[in-house]
Amino acid sequence: MRTIRAAATGAVVMSLALAATACGGGSSTDGEGSNDSPKTLTYWASNQGASIEVDKKVLQPELDKFEKKTGIKVKLEVVPWSDLLNRILTATASGQGPDVLNIGNTWSASLQATGALLPWNDVNLAKIGGKGRFVASALGSTGAQGKDPAAVPLYSMAYALYYNKQIFADAGIAQPPATWAELTADGKKIQARGNQVLGAEGANVSENVHHVFVFAKQHDADFFTPDGKPDFTSDGVVTAVQQYVDLMAKDKVIPQGNAEYAQNQSVSDFAKGKTAMLLWQSASANLASQGMSEDRYGVAPVPVQSGAPGAGAQVDSMVAGINLAVFKNTDNLDGATEFVKFMTGDEEQKILNKAYSTIPPVASAQADPAFGTPANAILKDTLAKSAAALPQVADESQFETTVGTAVKALFAEAAAGHPVTTESVRAELAKAQQQMPAK
Amino acid sequence: MRDDSPMAPPGSFLWSRRIFLALLTGFVLVPVYVMVSSSLKPLADVTGRFRWLPSGLTIRPYIDIWSTVPLARYFVNSLIVAGAATVCSVVIAVFSAYAVRRYDFRGKRTFTVTVLSTQMFPGILFLLPLFLLYVNIGHATGIALFGSRGGLILTYLTFSLPFSIWMLIGYFDSVPRDLDEAALVDGCGPLGALLRIVVPAAVPGIVAVAVYAFMTAWGEVLFASVMTNDTTRTLAVGLQGYSTLNDVYWNQIMAASLVVSVPVVAGFLLLQRYLVAGLTAGAVK
Amino acid sequence: MTITVEAGKPQVAGGEPAPRSRPGRRSHRVGLPYLLLLPALILELLVHLVPMVIGVLMSLKALTQFSIRDWGAAPWSGLDNYRVSVHFDAPVGQALLRSFLVTVGFTLLSVGRCWLIGTAAAIFMQDAFRGRGLLRALFLVPYALPVYAAAITWVFMFQHDNGLVNHVLHDQLHLTDKPSFWLIGDNSFYALLTVSVWKGWPFAFLIVMAGLQNIPRELYEAAALDGAGVWQQIRRITLPSLAPVNQVLVLVLFLWTFNDFNTPFVLFGRAAPEAADLISVHIYQASFVTWNFGAGSAMSVLLLLFLLAVTGVYLALTTRGRRPSRAR
Repeated sequence: MRTIRAAATGAVVMSLALAATACGGGSSTDGEGSNDSPKTLTYWASNQGASIEVDKKVLQPELDKFEKKTGIKVKLEVVPWSDLLNRILTATASGQGPDVLNIGNTWSASLQATGALLPWNDVNLAKIGGKGRFVASALGSTGAQGKDPAAVPLYSMAYALYYNKQIFADAGIAQPPATWAELTADGKKIQARGNQVLGAEGANVSENVHHVFVFAKQHDADFFTPDGKPDFTSDGVVTAVQQYVDLMAKDKVIPQGNAEYAQNQSVSDFAKGKTAMLLWQSASANLASQGMSEDRYGVAPVPVQSGAPGAGAQVDSMVAGINLAVFKNTDNLDGATEFVKFMTGDEEQKILNKAYSTIPPVASAQADPAFGTPANAILKDTLAKSAAALPQVADESQFETTVGTAVKALFAEAAAGHPVTTESVRAELAKAQQQMPAK
Repeated sequence: MRDDSPMAPPGSFLWSRRIFLALLTGFVLVPVYVMVSSSLKPLADVTGRFRWLPSGLTIRPYIDIWSTVPLARYFVNSLIVAGAATVCSVVIAVFSAYAVRRYDFRGKRTFTVTVLSTQMFPGILFLLPLFLLYVNIGHATGIALFGSRGGLILTYLTFSLPFSIWMLIGYFDSVPRDLDEAALVDGCGPLGALLRIVVPAAVPGIVAVAVYAFMTAWGEVLFASVMTNDTTRTLAVGLQGYSTLNDVYWNQIMAASLVVSVPVVAGFLLLQRYLVAGLTAGAVK
Repeated sequence: MTITVEAGKPQVAGGEPAPRSRPGRRSHRVGLPYLLLLPALILELLVHLVPMVIGVLMSLKALTQFSIRDWGAAPWSGLDNYRVSVHFDAPVGQALLRSFLVTVGFTLLSVGRCWLIGTAAAIFMQDAFRGRGLLRALFLVPYALPVYAAAITWVFMFQHDNGLVNHVLHDQLHLTDKPSFWLIGDNSFYALLTVSVWKGWPFAFLIVMAGLQNIPRELYEAAALDGAGVWQQIRRITLPSLAPVNQVLVLVLFLWTFNDFNTPFVLFGRAAPEAADLISVHIYQASFVTWNFGAGSAMSVLLLLFLLAVTGVYLALTTRGRRPSRAR
């Protein structure tokens, strides 16, 4: 027995020693940025195009341009969405990450809280042309209020209602619905002709959150109190979530099968003419890649409760988009700043946003006629007038997960034919709220 | 085998066997059929209502998969990682099992118990710590374990090590001790005896272990998703690239899944005789 | 796994291993076995043991997105993470408990079925018949397939609108009034179970097949002479002889199934339905999706303790139960 104990003790001591090295090592990675390797940059791009390969084809020529201009070689890696947040987290924890990276703009405040991203204070912003270059709504989704932005806007997107012109004509609907009541009424006509009405991604946590957030806005409610505490069970929020789920449960405009969609199947359904309408952000490039030409669908603002889209209770979209961030511990701080300046410059903004059918968050690039098409005009208008940023709180990513999962569960209930009541909605939301980190 | 069983089985046995095996064949075969047939269908067939028979056959998915994601590169990565992990795992397991079986030494039980108990560790427990450890080793020594194939090889070979050691300990038991002791007497060193006598006699066990190690490394997703980057990504992670596209190209997903499965399934089936023999003499004795 | 070695070989488990090598060799070759073990030892320390210790340390810290950047400096929180995890009246503890119970139920059902199907198939295929080799190869395919490839195929089949399962159950056999959901809601449990059994039973088949080869033929011959039919031979010889194999097999299947992450993750993605919220995915979610790594580590440590306890009790019970029969 003695030998065992001795061996075990030895092993434990050795483990602890190694573990201690690991702990100690952690802090050595947290140095501030430097310019130790001024000739290279690593850039993680998010997957914006139809596939990762498409993204590389879009981005590589631009990176080559940058290299020609500055002599800095940019190593590009396009990270799939399924991996992006984990990769960022591990990069944060290890200090081994890219110099520049794309983040979903809703993550800004959460990632800002880690302290790993370079704050865009006035000095830094001045290096890329100043805050004034960016559209106000896009800047609203770059970090917690009162703090320096953790990232700068790169691509902007907004939700719109995409509708199939042929199906609308067949059903005798002259105009796209402007209110939810109209949408439900139109749905009856569309169903009467055997088409599905409205596509949704019921099992996609983020999509769910985006929609219920807008519904909450339309009911004058918020998921967080002004001082940043989660408040998921107020009457307004419950009504909002129920109204969204009722599109399937009660109004029957969202087909039950959509409750399990999480991989953009609703976009495919729309492109194939199976569903008449789709609520999506900047879907043109996506639809084109699936063979649906622009003349076959119309674009309209997302419906509201009554009246026309605007501020306050007339909000009809979240501010969607991609931000560009710099890791604080980069070895090429000047180069990274230069790269951000390049990517947010007018020329690149036009090229990239055209390729991805997004809207440039840079005011001077928005003026380009390419962004003045009727579809883009609506997105631009939405962003300027009736879009609201998701809560810019540190717990945003937890909020997306818990509330999005709750809505997914409610959709599953609705799809199974179980009733969705105010009580069941409130209970799900209460559960979601209790899983938020304690403050 | 009871091939020449003295009594012919009664009808009840034969009928139960027929029914059971028929049902089981169906259960096993249906997903395999779906995989193969869907990979040969045009996109319209796999995005609409399920149909047993394709409306037309096409090999397009098999062409498209190589350009939708850099499948060839992932393939090479997987081959390198799984191959190296297998070789290392087998060599190390042979050494360890030989030491445990042929020698008595202090801490022997502690060693076997500790190594084998790691098999029950939930991967999720050490995912983040392992990753941090690799990064810090990188900082301290300059050896890049994180993001490199080397780190992944190290991780995977350790995953299969406990099972491999355990199986080989059992298998070496079936190699008569007199054989390698005779070799020792003949002037071979202990290592000579191991390599010349024990290893050749234990080939089925070693093959079984190698197959297991290769499969473990080939299919792992969780650690690969965190520890690889674009250049070192393996197939198991790379395959997810097909379902994150705008449209779900089910025919391509199925084609890619098949292409990815072929090396392991083929290897597994070719070596299954060794596998059963290895398990018989090793693990289950 | 650990103790399985001893358990598989009760003569070792009884006490110190029998001293089999010659004393002379031990004295002047004392370093060699350690040298041979060194690579395995170093790797186990590096990849399993040290990370586990780090994991335990993390579980004692308040490690969230605010401190992840320098986790060594994260504030110690003592046993807070554990307290929250096992506080079964509060939502976090409740969710963990529910996930744990789901996992236990799932594991028992899956292991039971894998064992049953695998054993039955192995016994039925003990005698040679035409096509046996082909069938055996086919049966091993699910096990040989990479998890990802297998699970994604099942996702394709389980789709609500276009999947094969609903096409057969609803469109062709008219067993249900309307197509069911398999990837969301309560049915997801059965979907997960199906995939798990489909993928797992061939392992049982393989091991039992190997175990059957070790049963001496004389036993069957003797039984046949006594007039025992095939069924009786199976009951009186085959099954009892498989007991030691089963002991290891069931334990290995249990540990693999209980810790399975890949299958539910590929089937359901990050937000698993409650009915199929296996513990690994649950902990993954607690750590990586809600960014509470301290709590995630605490849950993992609890899981490990549970598995250790179950393994210990299982081996104690099964080994004791088996001894008398061996003595016979």
